[in-house]
This record gives sequence, structure tokens and C-alpha cells, in this order.
Amino acid sequence: MLESIVSYGLAVGAVYALIGITYNVMFTASRVFSFTAGMLGMLGGVLGALFIDRMGMPAIVGLLLVLACGAVIGVITEIVAVRPVLRSIEQHLYVLSTLAFALLVAQFTAIEWGTDASPFPRLIPIDEGLLDQKFWIPMLACAATVLGLEFLYRRTLIGRAFLAIAEDSYAARALGLPEVRLRLASFALAGVIGALAGFAGGEMLLAFFGNQSILNFYGFVPVALGGMGNNRGAVVGGLLLGLFQQAANFLVGGIFASVAVFAVFIVVLLLRPEGFAGASGARRV
Amino acid sequence: MHLRWLEGRVTFLLLAIAAIGLPLLDDSYAGVIATRACIYWILIAGLNLVVGYAGQIAIGWVALLTLGAYTTAVLTAGTVTPEISPYLALVASAAIGAVSGVIVGLPALRLRTFYFAMTTLGFATIVTQIALAWKDVTGGGMGTPGPVFPWPFDPGWGFYYFCLILAALCTWMTANIAKSRFGRSLIAIRDAEVAAEASGVAKPALLMTVFVLSGALAGISGGLFASLQSYITPDAFNFDLSVLFFIAILIGGRGSILGPLLGTILLTVLPEIAAPLVAWSTFLYAALLLLIVLLIPGGIADMLDYRNRRPLQQHREIVPQPALLPGLLDRPDGGTLALSNVALAFGGVRAIDGLSLDFHSGEVHGLIGPNGSGKTTTLNVISGYYRPQAGEARLNGAVLPFGAPQKRAGFRIARTFQTPRLIGGASVLENVMLGGTIDGRGTFAESLLTLPRHRRDEHMLRERALQALTAVGLETLAGVRADRLQHSELRFMEIARALTLKPAFLMLDEPAAGLSAEEIRRLGALIKAISRAGTGVLLVEHHADLIFDICDRVTVLNLGKILAAGTPAEIRSHREVVSAYLGA
Repeated sequence: MLESIVSYGLAVGAVYALIGITYNVMFTASRVFSFTAGMLGMLGGVLGALFIDRMGMPAIVGLLLVLACGAVIGVITEIVAVRPVLRSIEQHLYVLSTLAFALLVAQFTAIEWGTDASPFPRLIPIDEGLLDQKFWIPMLACAATVLGLEFLYRRTLIGRAFLAIAEDSYAARALGLPEVRLRLASFALAGVIGALAGFAGGEMLLAFFGNQSILNFYGFVPVALGGMGNNRGAVVGGLLLGLFQQAANFLVGGIFASVAVFAVFIVVLLLRPEGFAGASGARRV
Repeated sequence: MHLRWLEGRVTFLLLAIAAIGLPLLDDSYAGVIATRACIYWILIAGLNLVVGYAGQIAIGWVALLTLGAYTTAVLTAGTVTPEISPYLALVASAAIGAVSGVIVGLPALRLRTFYFAMTTLGFATIVTQIALAWKDVTGGGMGTPGPVFPWPFDPGWGFYYFCLILAALCTWMTANIAKSRFGRSLIAIRDAEVAAEASGVAKPALLMTVFVLSGALAGISGGLFASLQSYITPDAFNFDLSVLFFIAILIGGRGSILGPLLGTILLTVLPEIAAPLVAWSTFLYAALLLLIVLLIPGGIADMLDYRNRRPLQQHREIVPQPALLPGLLDRPDGGTLALSNVALAFGGVRAIDGLSLDFHSGEVHGLIGPNGSGKTTTLNVISGYYRPQAGEARLNGAVLPFGAPQKRAGFRIARTFQTPRLIGGASVLENVMLGGTIDGRGTFAESLLTLPRHRRDEHMLRERALQALTAVGLETLAGVRADRLQHSELRFMEIARALTLKPAFLMLDEPAAGLSAEEIRRLGALIKAISRAGTGVLLVEHHADLIFDICDRVTVLNLGKILAAGTPAEIRSHREVVSAYLGA
């Protein structure tokens, strides 16, 4: 039992962490919390099943296509739901515009793909080893993403430009950084990561349109706990959340697990609204 | 007067007549749709106070509907508890809804918009999961039969009238709140939280009360919904409903009762007319939401608000009437506000460095100094926004605790802001009435039912606000929406709002910025008259002429310390001040 708690918990946690990183990547580029993160994860699963199972493509082609679709959706999100709202005075309209866009895509999926969960194909044609592929693929995807992002942000010029925009977009624009293009690129990157999360976790979570709300919430929990924009916090938080959820599932049942996660989430946010790793900003009057 | 009463209500009356006469059509399907609209409205009316008035993005309200529905259904069925009357069960649903409303709402007190939206969403996700998993009580995916209300509100038109009566009651009650000082405070929390705090609005208590009311109404709505559905499963409460509730309010327009009511009717009826589109209904709702957010953030209410589209007079003049001030302010004399050794640092920057200052009632005390010398910081310390690391403040000898800006109004300390904090969607009069909020005596419940004490409060606040508006010279603009005013008018409006508090001390943060020379002259006379009526005025200003014209005493700050203090004449000839700040 312990083994299945740990393997399943870490695998689901890795998916949550990836969705959390998706939130973060969009947030650092635009200061916008976007409701599209869970939708991207859901699409990763559905599109993966569509390309590989229904259309019979090889797994690697399917993966690349899914990631490309994620990038495109990310770009569309920025153009349709983020850019017009950033210009308006009413700042939190983005909550509604990104929610509306996420719902549009999710509903379209529900109508075209169906509202029942469909199986997701096995990606690698090998027998079960020590640990089943449906568990280690999400963990691998998460590790690769975190390392990739570290490399991008710390070692490359474009990554540093991302950080500059996140730190102070006015100053960054004054330096001549193309803010709009960098924001677009960030949303495309977030699209890729979100879709990867759903694709990697596909065999566990299935190709199911309802995953969008589940991933939206459980992917946000690690971000809220770890502090906005903090990827390491999101990974630690995501893995802990997955483990906690699975342990509670096995030990005391699903109802309690959901309630417990929600209760912890609310209590932590009430005690530390800026997360464990975040710092609170001073108030301006 | 009578006609104006009718003007605002004619749409409500027409709706009521149509609703009462609906059974004459003898179309039972129309009855079901109308019943559903009433049930939705009972929930939306409450949610409207949360979303439309207080501006809290509460998305997952379907969770409260679910809880109410299962509570009524399970209690009535008697599978878990002894069987009880559906009417009693409905009351229990209201109670459960109220408690859940508080649980869902609690995070709104501390969390910013998106976090709060997410917690309501999370709550909705979890309630659905529990409804599915807790099979013994909810029947899991199989569902459970809904309650049947006995005579006189038995299924059919009886039930319809039951829902209609409740819906009408909700409309009346929430409209009462909207027009009360509570409604104004909610809009202030939404549009200008800082102004709400400065006026003494107790945000936590008010929001919690609204969440209780909204939760209770959602619970009742859920009980009725279960009965209308006749059989409920977790599928019946999908997220689409939450979106529908939310969009009804946004289509209707924030800060309106009629708009969201029309929005509710529209969204309930529309899918029935466009039957082939039923599968696409949520998709269309989502598209609608996106369009509203991007194109018409004002909603139906804005389109109906023809009074605020009439052009305003082009060349308006602000003519204050200082003679009215003694009657309005009605200050007993004497009073001192003293700061001693106050020090406040932001990181390594010492914004105020051991400042000691006395302010007296009946005087204008000017605070000048170069940018960054700590003028506004001093104001923010006195009005509670900043908490200094050292020193103390005393009001008439008693310690004035630092922090807690919302408690300053209780000490009769009022202020204006460097950039006017207006409540854009409310009228000028309502903006000004906000200033007197703490002098209202009636409770939320009394306002809900327009009991006499509520009406006395409203009358008193209205009279006082009108007097203040007349005193600053804006009485002709009382009915105009505040965001249509010019900058200079907003400055005087903020002063009127502060005066409505009958302040012992009034702090003005650069009131002359952006005003014409003539307006500055009038402002000066007004400020002087305010002080002569017994209020102590603390004036932060860059216009040296204004300061030296009207101040009784002037303090010059530099780098958080006092550089010089004295009468205007003394300051004007102070060598260091002249060289550092005034110029030769």
C-alpha cells in the first residue's frame, strides 16, 4: 500500500506541479493569474488520446503535435483574453476573461470529444518494470521542465529578459525589451508546459474534459502555498499535495481527502496569503 | 415626487404584473421556466450583493445551491433523519447555506480577487465530489428524489407562486440594502476600498453579513430547485449553473438590482427559445461572458441609465458657501492631536525620523516640504494606514492607537487623498453620504426591511450630505454619477465627503493640485472657514501661496524631520527654508 501511495502520489503531484508552473510562467510575464492552466492540462490528455489512439499517430509525433497545440492555445489566450484586459483600468477583469476563454475551450471539447472519460494510450511499448510508466513519465516530465526552466531563466538571454519583464515591466520596456513579444512567448511556453502536464499524466487522469476544473484547483494549491511565481515552491507543494491526497484517499477515503485539501488550502492562505515562500508587499495609499 | 417614485419602479411593476398573470396563459411548460427563473433569481439576488455590489468574484456559488438542494431533499425524504416537513427543511437549507456562505466568504477578507475566485471554485469542486462519494446520504451518482411541497404550494402553479413570492421578497430586500448605507459601503469596498476604510466602513463585519444573507438565499434556492427538478443527481449541479449565475449579474451590470433581474430572465428563457442550441448553451454563455468583459463592462444597467447620458452643463463653476459650515460641522470647541517622537522607516529609508507635532482644532496647520520629506507619510500615520516603529499619537490626551484606518472615523478624523478616491459608479450624493456611515444607527436587518430607524438614518445622512455638498458648492451635481465629474469637482467632492463625518480633524492631502487659480482661491476660503467652524485642518500642499494665505501655523519637513515651525510670516523669512525649499 505504501508503495502505491508513494508512486501514485508523486506522479499526480508531478502533474499538479507542472500545472502550477504553468500558472507561474503566465504570471511572471503578465502579472495575470490565468484560469487557462487547468484547461491546458485537460487538452494535453484529450489531444494526446485523439492523435495517438483515434488517429493512430506514433507517440512521439502525438507528443510534438500536442505541445504545438498547447503553444497555439497559449498564444490565443494572450491575444484574446489577456492583452485587451491589461489595457483597461479595471484590473481584475482578467479573472473573468481568462475564465471565459477556458470555459469556451472546455465546452468545445465537451461537445466535440464527449463528456465521458476516454482511455489514454500507453506511450512506450514495454512491459512493466520496477515502476510503471504511467507513474514515472509525469515525474520525468516534471523534472525535465524544472531543469529546462532553470536553464532558460538563469543561462539564456531571453530567459533573463523574461525575468526583467516580471520584475518591472516599465523599466524593462524603457530598456527596449519587446514586452508584448516576450509576453506572447511566455504564454506559448506556458501552453507547452500545461499540455505536457496533461499528456504525461494522461494514463492516470484519462482523456476527460472534466479534468480542467480539477487541475485548475489542485494545480493552483501548490502555487498558492509556495508563493506566486516561485517554481521550486510549486514543485515541492505539488508533490506534497499529491502524496497527502493519496495517503488520505487510501487511509480515510476520498471525501475526507478532498475536504482536508480544501481546509489546508484555506487555512494556509488565511494565515499566509503570500504563501510560505513569498513576501508581502507594502501598501500604497 | 410621486412620478419620480414611479419612474424607478415601473419596470419592476410591469414584471410583477406579467408574473402574476402568467397562469392565465395556461401553459404549464411556461410555468416551469418561470418557476426556474424565480428560483435562480432568489440565489442571484443574494449573489448580486456579493458580486455586483461588493465586487467579490465569487464564481462557485453553485456549491451553495447544491448544499441547499441536498439538505432539503434528504431531510424531507427521511432516509437519514426523521422525516420533516419540506417547509422546515427549507429553513434548515437556509441555515446550512448561511454557514457555508461564511466558510466560502471568509477568505475574501484577506485574499485578492483571483485567490478568492479560486477558493470558491475549489469549494464547488469539492461539494460535487462529496455529493458523488457520500452515497449513504446523497445517493451518489444515482441521486435522490426532490421534496414535494404540500398544499398550498403544491407542484404546479401553487409552487410557482411560492417561488414568485420569495423572489419578489428577495428583490425588495436586496433593493433596500442597495439603497442603504450598507449598499453604499459595499460599492465603496468594490470601487475605492481606501475611501471606505477612511469613512469607517467595517469591511469584515459587513462582508460576512452579506455572505450570510447570500448563502441563506442560495440554500433556499437550492431547496426549491430540488423540488422543481423532482429528482436530483450531482450532474444537475454542474459548473454551467455557476457560470449562468455569474453572467446574469455581469450582463445586468454591477451595482444594479433591475439589470441582473433582467439578465436572469434572459438567460433562463433564451435556451428555451433557441432549442437546437441547448448543447451549446454553456459555450455561448462563456462567449457572452468574454464579450461582456471586453466590450460592455457596464451591462444592461448602463444602457438603462439614460439619466446619466444627458449631457452636463459645459462651463460649471464651484461656488462654495462657507456660511453653512458652522451649522453642518457643529463642533464643540477645543481639541488637540499630538504626535510625539514618531519614527517610521521603510527598509533603510527613514520616512519620518522622530517627529513631534501638535495640531489644534480651529486652526489650519500647513505641512510643507520637498518631495520625500514625509508629509504624506505623516498623514498616513495619523489616519492609520502606516504603523510607525516608535512614538505615539494622542487625541485630546488619550492614546490614539496606530494602524486600523477603519477606526479613524470613530475618532472624527477625516481625510482626502492625493488622487481623489471616488466611487465611480455611485452618484455624487451617495459618494458624500458614505462619509457619514458611522453615524447610522440602524442594523443590517433593519435596512433589509426598511424599518423606521433605517429610514431615519437615511434621511439624516441625505440631509447632512446635501448640506455638505451645498457648502462646497456642488449641490447641482448631487444626482450625477461621480465618474462624470471633472478633476477639480472631485477634489471638492472628497472634501464634502470628509465634512459629512463632522470631523474634529480634517487632513487634506494636496487639495489644490490640478485646480485653477480661481478655484484655489475659493478652496482657500473654504478651508479657512472649515477651521473657523471648529475643525482642526492639517494641510499638505505644494502651493506656497495658498499655505501662507490661510495657515495659522506652518511646519516645514525635510528628510522626515522638522526643519522649521512657526507662523507663515516666520517661515517666509526663515533662512534655511527659503534656501532649501522656497527659493529666493
